[in-house]
Amino acid sequence: MSHDHDHHDHDHSELSETELRVRALETILTEKGYVEPTALDAIIQAYETRIGPHNGARVVAKAWTDPAFKQALLEDGSKAIGTLGHVSRVGDHLVVVENTPLRHNMVVCTLCSCYPWEMLGLPPVWYKAAPYRSRAVKDPRGVLADFGVTLPKDMEIRVWDSTAETRFLVLPMRPEGTQGWSEEQLAELVTRDSMIGTGFPKAPGAPS
Amino acid sequence: MNGVHDMGGMDGFGKVEPEPNEPMFHADWESRVLAMVRAMGAAGAFNIDTSRFYRETIPPHVYLSSSYYKKWFLGLEEMLIEKGYLTREEVAAGHAMQPGKALKHGKFDLANVERVMVRGKFARPAPAPARFNIGDRVRARNIHPATHTRLPRYVRGHVGIVELNHGCHVFPDTAAMERGEHPQWLYTVVFEGRDLWGEDGDPTLKVSIDAFEPYLDSA
Repeated sequence: MSHDHDHHDHDHSELSETELRVRALETILTEKGYVEPTALDAIIQAYETRIGPHNGARVVAKAWTDPAFKQALLEDGSKAIGTLGHVSRVGDHLVVVENTPLRHNMVVCTLCSCYPWEMLGLPPVWYKAAPYRSRAVKDPRGVLADFGVTLPKDMEIRVWDSTAETRFLVLPMRPEGTQGWSEEQLAELVTRDSMIGTGFPKAPGAPS
Repeated sequence: MNGVHDMGGMDGFGKVEPEPNEPMFHADWESRVLAMVRAMGAAGAFNIDTSRFYRETIPPHVYLSSSYYKKWFLGLEEMLIEKGYLTREEVAAGHAMQPGKALKHGKFDLANVERVMVRGKFARPAPAPARFNIGDRVRARNIHPATHTRLPRYVRGHVGIVELNHGCHVFPDTAAMERGEHPQWLYTVVFEGRDLWGEDGDPTLKVSIDAFEPYLDSA
């Protein structure tokens, strides 16, 4: 193997070694009758258009406005989300963990990249990279500082290492000053990072 | 295996670098790799645990210097070769040179796309009653299997409390090696940060893992 660097910055005027190898593999899989390239296109399109943190944001906003739904969500996340027709179906064993004034939750996968795709979309690079995976379980306050997030000194931090097929979604605290807001308005405040535990929802009136 | 992938608690990797307005893919080939992994898995060429094991066996210097989807690609290519779905000669030539091997679920075509958009089900009927109850003190076993395991190194030997019982699930350690699903009870076990990281550890920290029953002893 001559090199294993990535070519994020190259200008696409020539194909990188990796691109060539990936294309070759797809050619072989197609020629051998394992996959249809149009089906691969459809997978990519589905991820690009259908899944994403907007799904999680709707769930969080619903939980903020509907106590019965929130209770059902904390008891069985997959089942409760299954009752919301307008949100993508989730697989089994989505566990929703609630932030409180006393406890902040944060999710990591130290072994690979486990992440609730249906609720949050594909994970960002930092979630899958060594700095986050190595430090989140040992120095979560240091990691939060990298995100510009500071917690009260005495607040408990609970880190959930996603080491099985269980998936976790953080239910952040509802921002102050949102009394009377609709679910749709509230969903606009819910960020991806707030559902991983590396951030907070946006404050009302903050620039988006 | 005690591979470089088992990163919890390692030092020296630097700061987390969030990327504002990160694109879903940084290059087109990344999306093709994602789709090929999803498609070949759904077609029955491998299970999720096997695919993780192949990524874990990428040599450490390559693992650490490769981007996420590059690791997926390297793991996929090697796994498909070793399982007889393609040959090294075909990879070198960039073309098929012999007919394909039968896939458990058949060719991955458009009719299969929706199937990969929802996570698989990993819960299984219980072969025996659960050994542990919520609230029990358990010690993570000091095991170091050379093959795939989902018990991270940083909890081994430490005592935690069973907090949740998720029921019986496919056991990754055997599934990855294609030695069967051997369903096991799965628990969330929570550890005190200072038990894991010593007196200098954050006193407000608690860390949980999801631990299969064979990873645990009563404490």
